Amino acid sequence: MESIGVLMMCPMSTYLEDELQKRFNLVRFWTCPEKSVLLETHRNSIRAVVGNASAGADAQLINDLPKLEIVSSFSVGLDKIDLGKCKEKGIRVTNTPDVLTEDVADLAIGLILALLRRLCECDRYVRRGKWKTGDFQLTTKFSGKSVGIIGLGRIGTAIAKRAEAFSCPINYYSRTVKPDVGYKYYPTVVELAENSDILVVACPLTDETRHIVNRQVMDALGAKGVLINIGRGPHVDEQELVKALTQGRLGGAALDVFEQEPHVPEELFALDNVVLLPHVGSGTVETRNAMADLVVGNLEAHFSGRSLLTPVV
Amino acid sequence: MADSSDPPLVLVHRRPSLDYFDELLSRNFRVLNLHDSSDPLPIFLSRHASSVRAFVNVGRLEIDAELLSHLPSLQLLVCTSVGTDHVDLAECMRRGVAVTNAGDAFSEDVADCAVGLLISVLRRIPAGDRFVRSGNWAKSGNFQLGTKVSGKRVGIVGLGSIGSLIAKRLEAFGCIISYNSRSQKQSIPYQYSPDILSLAANNDVLVLCCALTDQTRHIVNREVMESLGKNGVIINVGRGGLIDEKEMVKCLVEGVIGGAGLDVFENEPKVPEELFGLDNVVLSPHAAVATPGSLNNVTQVALANLKAFFSNQPLISPVRLD
Repeated sequence: MESIGVLMMCPMSTYLEDELQKRFNLVRFWTCPEKSVLLETHRNSIRAVVGNASAGADAQLINDLPKLEIVSSFSVGLDKIDLGKCKEKGIRVTNTPDVLTEDVADLAIGLILALLRRLCECDRYVRRGKWKTGDFQLTTKFSGKSVGIIGLGRIGTAIAKRAEAFSCPINYYSRTVKPDVGYKYYPTVVELAENSDILVVACPLTDETRHIVNRQVMDALGAKGVLINIGRGPHVDEQELVKALTQGRLGGAALDVFEQEPHVPEELFALDNVVLLPHVGSGTVETRNAMADLVVGNLEAHFSGRSLLTPVV
Repeated sequence: MADSSDPPLVLVHRRPSLDYFDELLSRNFRVLNLHDSSDPLPIFLSRHASSVRAFVNVGRLEIDAELLSHLPSLQLLVCTSVGTDHVDLAECMRRGVAVTNAGDAFSEDVADCAVGLLISVLRRIPAGDRFVRSGNWAKSGNFQLGTKVSGKRVGIVGLGSIGSLIAKRLEAFGCIISYNSRSQKQSIPYQYSPDILSLAANNDVLVLCCALTDQTRHIVNREVMESLGKNGVIINVGRGGLIDEKEMVKCLVEGVIGGAGLDVFENEPKVPEELFGLDNVVLSPHAAVATPGSLNNVTQVALANLKAFFSNQPLISPVRLD
């Protein structure tokens, strides 16, 4: 397989780079300043693209690579891949489901606790020596608060299971009612927000879910409600979020994802009622290695004629 | 002079900011507030408190033999903390003074805080927040990966009401729970470790939530930290004195252990400054119990203990004095 060209879109895991390098002719897209020259040079050898949540395969790239057979994404979300174009051209697509479910759910609970119990602010308070001058303010209890989850797929379900151990009543919104879960269903996101203390975004990003958390939802959640986003930045109308937070219409927000990553609205930097993370939902050594193994496993399966491990298209 | 129809007199020591406490107590009792006087404590007590039978210690005032000697009529000491390491329990027993604590009032909040600190350390949440706020994400891009929480082996030191709630929460994360306590608990599915060294050796994370006593002071020493190892993490929501803090600072700086989440310290509010520059620690100003829910709970527990005492009923949350 050493002659097979694999185009990696951006740095995502040195372990993955090493494993790809061992097996394929690895082309690193980010190392070349002239993208068009790079694509021209390798257009007849690149048969696979490896992308992730920030860089995938758009229609332009797919057109530029006539020998492309497979896009293997180092992510569960596929919003950076033109799936329609892939289907049309018979290009296979794989993602890395399941292996990152626990990490994302763990982080969602961590963000809720960090936000309600003000753990980042506590840490700043101690490090700046302020404790010596007085007690820290009271914070908000988590156990028993109602948690509303948008999207009750693998990740949403894992979040619900964890929140239940904190005695939290669970509500959810999804396209369809799940008859077998014991959680309360709301047919709209506004009703879900009205009836929950904590709103968690855990659905895939599609045309239907873009800005699913808009001004109306934020106002329904209210001045004591908090928003947790471990999905994708565009799920939330970020401009409206900044307004709702600075005007005190929303109680707080903990965000792992943003609309224009790695750019984060600077108005958020001065707020104590937000927690901001650099898209690390699946960012653990254990999980990134498991994801890398799936990316490599899918490519090996494809090029040796076996069935794909985690096919999407 | 008080006649028999007056509400009973209750002595209160609290921080000036916690004034909600007096308001609630004064509906049922006459409140004598130590905070209201500028007299030195012994003088104030011998002048006003010789007939006091119940004392509510909200402010974690050290209760030693000397102070107790100024309260000759005292029969009940109500503490609003879970730990009573600031009270000379042996002297209370000798004088026949019953002691109550916060009972389960704080348990959920402390357990939540312990889990929050654990996730924050392993997933590097405060470090990530600093990284984004400083603008470094947009500038440099790469943030160091964290460590997975789900499935980790967690050893809990002290499986009381707080420890049990921590275990319940972490089970939902697929964590494997084992514990060390004075005695093995029957009908509990978690593995028991008879000593803390083997608990440390067999776990990825140690969570401290036991009482501070002569037996548990510095229960986490250098040997325990070496046993926990370079990827091991310590979470302390008990008392600062449970850890040999000087050795812990060395172990963190030298990489003997992987990280720590600390709500309590040996000499609060002083925190070793060597910790301020470390990204693998999360520091919290003894805030594990500080939510309005917890304070409301503990107020109710304190009130219930006082009412039980003055009507000769069994106390709600008595502390064992032996």
